[in-house]
Amino acid sequence: MSDDIVIDVNGLTKSYGGRMVVDHFDLQVPRGAIYGFLGPNGSGKTTTIRMVCGLLKPESGEGRVLGFDVLNDSLSIKERVGYMTQKFSLYEDLSIRENLDFIARLYGLDNRHARVDKALEDLGLVERQSQVAGKLSGGWKQRLALAACMIHEPQLLLLDEPTAGVDPKARRDFWDQIRRYSAQGVTTLVSTHYMDEAVQCDSIAYIAYGKKLLDAPTADIPKQINLACWRLEGRPLQQAQDMLEGAAGVDLVARFGAAIHVCGRDPALLERTVLNVREAQPHINIQRIDAGFEEIFIYLMAESRDNFQ
Amino acid sequence: MNAASPRALRLPKLFDISWARVFAVFLKELVQMRRDRPTFAIMIAMPVMQLVLFGYAINNDPRHLPAVVEMREDGPLTRAFLASLRASSFVDIVAVTPRADAADAMLRSGRATFLISIPEGFERRMVRGERPQILVAADASDPVAAGGALGAIQSIADQAFAPELQGSLRFMARAPPPYELVIHRRYNPAGVTAFNIVPALLGVILTMTMVMITSIALTRETERGTMENLLATPVRPVEVMIGKTTPYIGVGAVQVVIVLMVATFLFQIPFTGSFPAFLVAVTLFIFANLMLGYLISTLARTQMQAMQMTFFVFLPSILLSGFMFPFRAMPGWAQAIGESIPITHFLRIVREIVLKGAGFSDIATDLWQLALILVVLAALALMRFRRTLD
Ligand SMILES: Nc1ncnc2c1ncn2[C@@H]1O[C@H](COP(=O)(O)OP(=O)(O)O)[C@@H](O)[C@H]1O
Ligand SMILES: [Mg+2]
Repeated sequence: MSDDIVIDVNGLTKSYGGRMVVDHFDLQVPRGAIYGFLGPNGSGKTTTIRMVCGLLKPESGEGRVLGFDVLNDSLSIKERVGYMTQKFSLYEDLSIRENLDFIARLYGLDNRHARVDKALEDLGLVERQSQVAGKLSGGWKQRLALAACMIHEPQLLLLDEPTAGVDPKARRDFWDQIRRYSAQGVTTLVSTHYMDEAVQCDSIAYIAYGKKLLDAPTADIPKQINLACWRLEGRPLQQAQDMLEGAAGVDLVARFGAAIHVCGRDPALLERTVLNVREAQPHINIQRIDAGFEEIFIYLMAESRDNFQ
Repeated sequence: MNAASPRALRLPKLFDISWARVFAVFLKELVQMRRDRPTFAIMIAMPVMQLVLFGYAINNDPRHLPAVVEMREDGPLTRAFLASLRASSFVDIVAVTPRADAADAMLRSGRATFLISIPEGFERRMVRGERPQILVAADASDPVAAGGALGAIQSIADQAFAPELQGSLRFMARAPPPYELVIHRRYNPAGVTAFNIVPALLGVILTMTMVMITSIALTRETERGTMENLLATPVRPVEVMIGKTTPYIGVGAVQVVIVLMVATFLFQIPFTGSFPAFLVAVTLFIFANLMLGYLISTLARTQMQAMQMTFFVFLPSILLSGFMFPFRAMPGWAQAIGESIPITHFLRIVREIVLKGAGFSDIATDLWQLALILVVLAALALMRFRRTLD
């Protein structure tokens, strides 16, 4: 194992009630990376993250996180990892300061008072420090949770959908913060639903039904997916869209302003369908384009709907 | 970093208690307890409420208790006695019958709390100065009810016969009374009194509140989702256990003070034994109950389940501990269950100390049995604590 691989897990498997929720999952995350973890609801992201930080025992598989064995040394891992849960899991009946203070004590931090002060300052929570956490809005709760999982200066951040349900401004601030930590050498594994967040990651792992389908540097993803795309413009656009929807070879139809982008994994089949549409609607212009991140991620998210069974 | 032998490292690591982390959990619980006003209020109000309720039942002379009179003789004296019984508000005569079996059946079925039996030849023997017996059988399965009324019957009898013992019978109207009142307590020969109940009530109150509070210690974290965060920190199970239970020692102490004050000032129960011995016993008992509750919270998955399990513990605590029924009168299996719950030992200790003036040496056996129960409960709870979300 190289010291520069912070998360190095292989074959992690977990099932609930006989159903494999995470199926032989491998992941290698290099030091300092921001690794995006994508997948539809119920695909097994949370379960995987919990196994990585020792909150769930994998049925099979093994691995090391920050050099410590995930199966036998989860206490050492917990001391060095900051885990932000998907659902807010700090105490709603404690104030912001009390929550941070509690966490700081559990990590046995020196200069606790100063650290809590600094955390409050960094996150702009100084004025609200004596407010009870339960009364905070979603965005502020997010900030508090991040502050809490950063207070012991972890080397690895595990963020489980940290920006779900937060307004765009708060999301941008949040990512600025993540990038600042990353610049300081903190490694981040972050699960997300948002395409604009996914493209900010260095690498992306994509999971569906507990299986990893894709794992590559973000820049390489379009090549890997190999999605054929066409752009359709003109009138009547709505009729064209209705014809394309569900037609042979069409995996994705998306409106981009005054145009339609239609994509599919089978270029020949897609081309035939697009030409058929043009024949029926002669005022529509068609044009072959390269698939961008937008198309790729819309495709990925649309491809597998919620995985709950 | 070379972690060659992680297995060897794991165990010591789990048990290297950090008192700073214990304190962190303790402090957090304390703040949460303070913010949870309703629960806090109940914990303080409960002992007062229970004592007042029980005290009311004990203090108040029970009235209008149903009685059946087995009348084997019908004469002026016995009729006068019957009339006095009817006039009295302590008992309500529900039936008068000459048949012993019918009267007995009424007592057994609970339709009557008392059976007052006047034997054949009562008047004749009374006139002869043979001091005939009036038999009173009380259904003492409700000891509080039975206890108070028995005294009342004695005075009713005195008053009933007094005016009849005028004239030629005047010589009889002197002490001792010309008849004998024989009282049988049925179904509960021990005859629990207020002195017996109030110290025991301390055990019941502490069991109820301590077990109930700690039984939701962990399930509340699980239900609110805060468990995930707690488990993601390096806090150890022992630290959570100690930190989460110790704040309630304070609550227990307040309850003890309340009960002692009520016992002393309201019921005038003398505290005859060793106070240090009492303190040691009550501390051990509080710890044992906290552990019992904490064990429940490691077993239950929801707060609802925890509450149900708590009530499941209350039943034997009340029924099999010697609180309700005399311990030695119970069948062997019931005694075995009783011996394994904390309150049984505490009841013995507290009655010994408060009422019989016992010191350390008298309660040693129950004291170490209580300690043993405490250790076993704590060990079980630690074994049951799930360090993962599985
Ligand atoms: N404790 C559990 N018990 C039973 N099923 C579970 C449990 N946790 C997760 N699952 C199931 O495992 C699947 C994956 O869940 P999760 O890891 O939360 O997915 P994601 O985070 O990607 O939305 C879902 O189908 C979910 O219903
Ligand atoms: Mg999830």
